[in-house]
Order: sequence, then C-alpha cells, then structure tokens
Amino acid sequence: MELLGLYHYWVFAVLLMIGFYAVVAKVNLVKKLIGVSLFQAAVFLLYITMSKVTGGTAPILQEGMVDPVFSNPLPQVLILTAIVVGISTTALGLGIVVRIKEEYGTIEEHEIQEIDRR
Amino acid sequence: MNGMDVHLPVLQVVVPMLIAPLVILLRPPGLAWAATTTASLMAFLIAIQLTAGVLGGNEYYYELGGWSAPFGIALTVDSFSALLLLIVTGASTLALFAGKASLDAQIEAPRQPLFYSAWLLVLAGLAGILVAADAFNIFVFMEISSLASYILVAGGPDRRALPAVFKYLLMGTIGATFYLIGVGLVYMMTGTLNLADMELRIHEVADQKPILVAAGFITIGLALKAAVFPLHVWLPNAYTYAPHAVTVFLAACATKVALYVLLRFDFVVFQQNLAGHEVQFAAFLMPLAVLAILVGSTVAMFEKNLKRLLAYSSVAQIGYILLGASMVSVLGLTASLLHMFNHALAKGALFLTVMCLALRVADLNFRHLAGAARQMPWTFGALIVGGLSLIGVPGTAGFISKWYLVTAALDEGLLGIAVIAVIVLGSLMAVVYIWRIVETAWFKSPTEGAATLTEAPLPVLLVTWLVALANLWFGLAPSLSLRLSGTAAESLLQHLP
Repeated sequence: MELLGLYHYWVFAVLLMIGFYAVVAKVNLVKKLIGVSLFQAAVFLLYITMSKVTGGTAPILQEGMVDPVFSNPLPQVLILTAIVVGISTTALGLGIVVRIKEEYGTIEEHEIQEIDRR
Repeated sequence: MNGMDVHLPVLQVVVPMLIAPLVILLRPPGLAWAATTTASLMAFLIAIQLTAGVLGGNEYYYELGGWSAPFGIALTVDSFSALLLLIVTGASTLALFAGKASLDAQIEAPRQPLFYSAWLLVLAGLAGILVAADAFNIFVFMEISSLASYILVAGGPDRRALPAVFKYLLMGTIGATFYLIGVGLVYMMTGTLNLADMELRIHEVADQKPILVAAGFITIGLALKAAVFPLHVWLPNAYTYAPHAVTVFLAACATKVALYVLLRFDFVVFQQNLAGHEVQFAAFLMPLAVLAILVGSTVAMFEKNLKRLLAYSSVAQIGYILLGASMVSVLGLTASLLHMFNHALAKGALFLTVMCLALRVADLNFRHLAGAARQMPWTFGALIVGGLSLIGVPGTAGFISKWYLVTAALDEGLLGIAVIAVIVLGSLMAVVYIWRIVETAWFKSPTEGAATLTEAPLPVLLVTWLVALANLWFGLAPSLSLRLSGTAAESLLQHLP
C-alpha cells in the first residue's frame, strides 16, 4: 500500500517522462515545446506535493486560531518563480518557432535538416 | 573593508541588471553599445576589486536587505567565484570593445538596443550564479542568463542559428529542470536551500537515498548546461551560427559557469555527506572527460568550417577541465580551475581572430581562407598565438594548465599514465587541427578573392592582440591565476577524507 500512498510522486514521475518522451520523439517543434512545458509542470507538482502538511491549511495567520497547522509556503513561492521561468521559456521557444517558420517555411525538424543540407 | 567594498558582491549583479532595461531606451546609433560597454567595464572593475580583496584575505559575505542567512538571501565571493567573475566580466568587456564593427554588420540598427539589453542580462545572470550562496537563486540566475543567451545566439543574420538555438533551448531547459528536481529533493530532506546550510544538515538526514538521487539529477542537469560529452550536441551549431562577438563572449565563459556550479555542489554539498561520493564522481566523469577530449579533437581535425572547428575544440577542452576535477585531488582541481582561466584566454583570442576574419571574408570555410594570411598577417599572427596556447606549447598559458594536469596525473599511479597518454594524444590532435589552419592560410595558393583582402580594422585587431599577449603573459607569469585556482581548489577539497 505504501507504493499507492505515494501516488502524487507517481504522477510526478509519469508526467515527467511523458514530457520527456515528447521532447525526444516528436519532430514537430511546437509539440516538442509542449513536451518541455509538461516536463516543467511535473516538477512544479513535485514541489507543491512536498510542501503539503497533513491537515495543514493556507499559511495565513488569523485571530482566534488555536495551534494552527500550516502547509509550508516556501516551496509554493519557489514554484511561483519557476512557473515564471517556464512561461518565459515557452514564450521564447514559440518565438523562435515563428522565426523558423518564416525562414524555412516549415516547423518539422527533419524537413529543416533537409533544407539545411542542400 | 571600507564602506563601498562591502556592497561589491551585490553591485556585481545589480549594475548590469539595472542598466539592461535602460539600454532599450537608447535609440540613437552607437549609444546602446556605449552604455553596454560601460556597464560591462564597471562589472569588470568590480570583479577586479573583488579579486584583489579575496587575494588580500577578505571573505565577502553579503546579506540582501539585512536578512540573515537561512531565511534571507546571502551572497558570497571566494577565490573560486572571483576567478570565474574575472573570466565572465573580462570576456564580456573585451568582446564588446572588439565587437562593435562586427555587431553593427550583423545586427540591424533598430534591434540593437534590444540585443545589447539581452547581452547585459546574460552578464548579470552569469555573475549572479557566481555570487549566489543558495541553490534556488543559482537556478533563477541560470535561467536568466540562459534565456538571454538564446536571444543573443539567435540574433545574427544566419538562419541556421534558429534551429541551433531551438535545440540549445530544449537541452538547456531540460538541464535546468533536472537541476531543479535535484534541489527540490535536497530541500525535501533538509528544509534548506542555502549551500553552506545544506552541507551541515544533509548528514542529519536518516535516509540518504533521495540525496543520492538529487546528486545524480544535479550532476546530469549541470553537465547538460556545461556541454559535457555526450551532452554537448547543442554546442557546435549554437557557437558556429551565433553572431561572432557573441561566440567570443559565450565560448569563453558560459559552459564554465555551469561547471562552477557542478563543482560547488559535488565538492561542497555532497562530498562530505555521501559515502564514497568522490569515487562515484570520478568513475562517472573521468570516462566522459576522456571521450570528450578524444571525440571532440577528432571531429575538429576533420571539420571544414573554421568556427565549427573551434567549437568542437571547445568540447575537447571542457574534457580537460573535467579530467582535472575528476582526479579529486588538490593538484588535479587546481589544474582544472587553471584550465578554465587559460582556455578562456586561448579560445577568446581564437574567436576574436575569427571575428576579425569574418569582417573581411565572406565565408569561414577553409577553401575561402586559402592564402588569406599573406594579406592579413596580424590577424593570423594572433591566431597562431592562440592556437599555440590551445595546444599547450611552453611559454603560453595553455602549457601551465596542461603541465599541472600531467603533474596531478602522475600521483594517480597506473590510471595516471593512461590519463597522461590521453592528454598527450589530445594535444597532438590539437597540433593537427591548428596546423590545418596554418597550412590553408599560409601555404595554399590564394583564391581569386583573397588577393584583395585587407587587414582587419585597428580597434578589433588591438583587442585581439591584447588577448593574444595575455596568453603569453599568463604563460610566463602565471602567479595570479595560480594563486586563485590553488586557494579555490584547497577550499573546495577541504573535506576530502
């Protein structure tokens, strides 16, 4: 049962590998970028799950709280930064794909290699 | 330390970072370049001041906003970071000084302010990695510098840069994400992100398995960023098709900063906490280093494009740096750090001559360079000096680091003999590929275009020769680089059993 109890880590690992597979196996550049985004999203989940404390609530101190249990806010803040990095990467990547389309007329990797070889 | 000195570590990052957005506003031609060069020069002067302080025995420790370490953000500068700061800021400044003509030719005027802004962000990011004292800030700075450097590489007129930079982006992002997973695992077990704090807390952890996994993730992720063989495939194309000034800047320092983080993590954080870590580290990286030297040099020997040849030679040189580190001895690590510095000098000089050539020759393929040395003796003279330093001829900077590498290998017994054989073989291969350039440029009969070539513009040539002469200077009087890398190696390996 312990293996099932750690299901959120399984989600992390499976999602990570799906993303990685897309990056390696797909020839369409946009699909590759989707893969990278999935890959990064998996890591966000890893951070979020580790910050969860059983029975913990959002870390906001209010009046009248007796022995409050909070989830750890730090990984959440870290991942907020990492999400921003992820968005910038995707945006820049898409920008490059647009430029590739303008210059080569295609976004399929093997066709680009074909054109460059000529 | 007096008033201003205390703030130097943070100024190292803040100066380029704050000037970066301002540069975008500078539309008149030349102004953006002037502002960028000034900012870069300021960063270089700060790095020199920091180095002088470190050599004088100062310890730089800066708490951002006055918040103390495990909770606030801390910055530190020791001799290891000072050495790398010198390389990074120096390479940026010299590339900018020399690169104006080349960049004007390669980047359209309206896009120049944006381009220079990205340049400063790369500089700020790389400097940030070097002064940051915690793992997460290293990640953020790493991504700032990487994202900006993708822009720089893609900025040139060659469309082949675009697929190259896309590959660079994919591999760079995966590398950074691997690093992030590793940091997450360490944080999960220790509850801290501060490197010094991690080092103390890891051994309190009962189950060491996640730490071992984290060490794997961090090492692989950074090896990707550092273009360690066989994760180097993004490097040759990215360096070849980038604007020439960008290649001078990035080739001299970008991969070395990733190696800096790698060595920091493996030797400071993991070394004293994981049983047998030094053996695993050596057994994993030494074969890769040897392969990098042999494969990189072999490909360089057969390459037809001058810039690509030098890019593959960079793959091989990263191998030498790793080879020294994977001996896990003070002498080996000293050689490794020394080679970071000396390789930056040699490759800086070589890529500067490439920039000189590109201003005059349409194509950097060997057949277009035939006989060009007769018309451009000064450019090719600098290329020879850089090449000799790359080979490791006595009297040049490259010799010093290879000498230390061989001395360190002699302490390793039988394995050391094999390592020395690889070093000698790699150097001989370097002789071959440098000789191919010399043969083409001097002894082949010139093509039709070559007769009308003229020497590169004086300012570019002056900077090129400055770097070329620095190769000789640090080959004859290496006390500065030796002292820095020696103390850095000792402090990194102080926990070695």
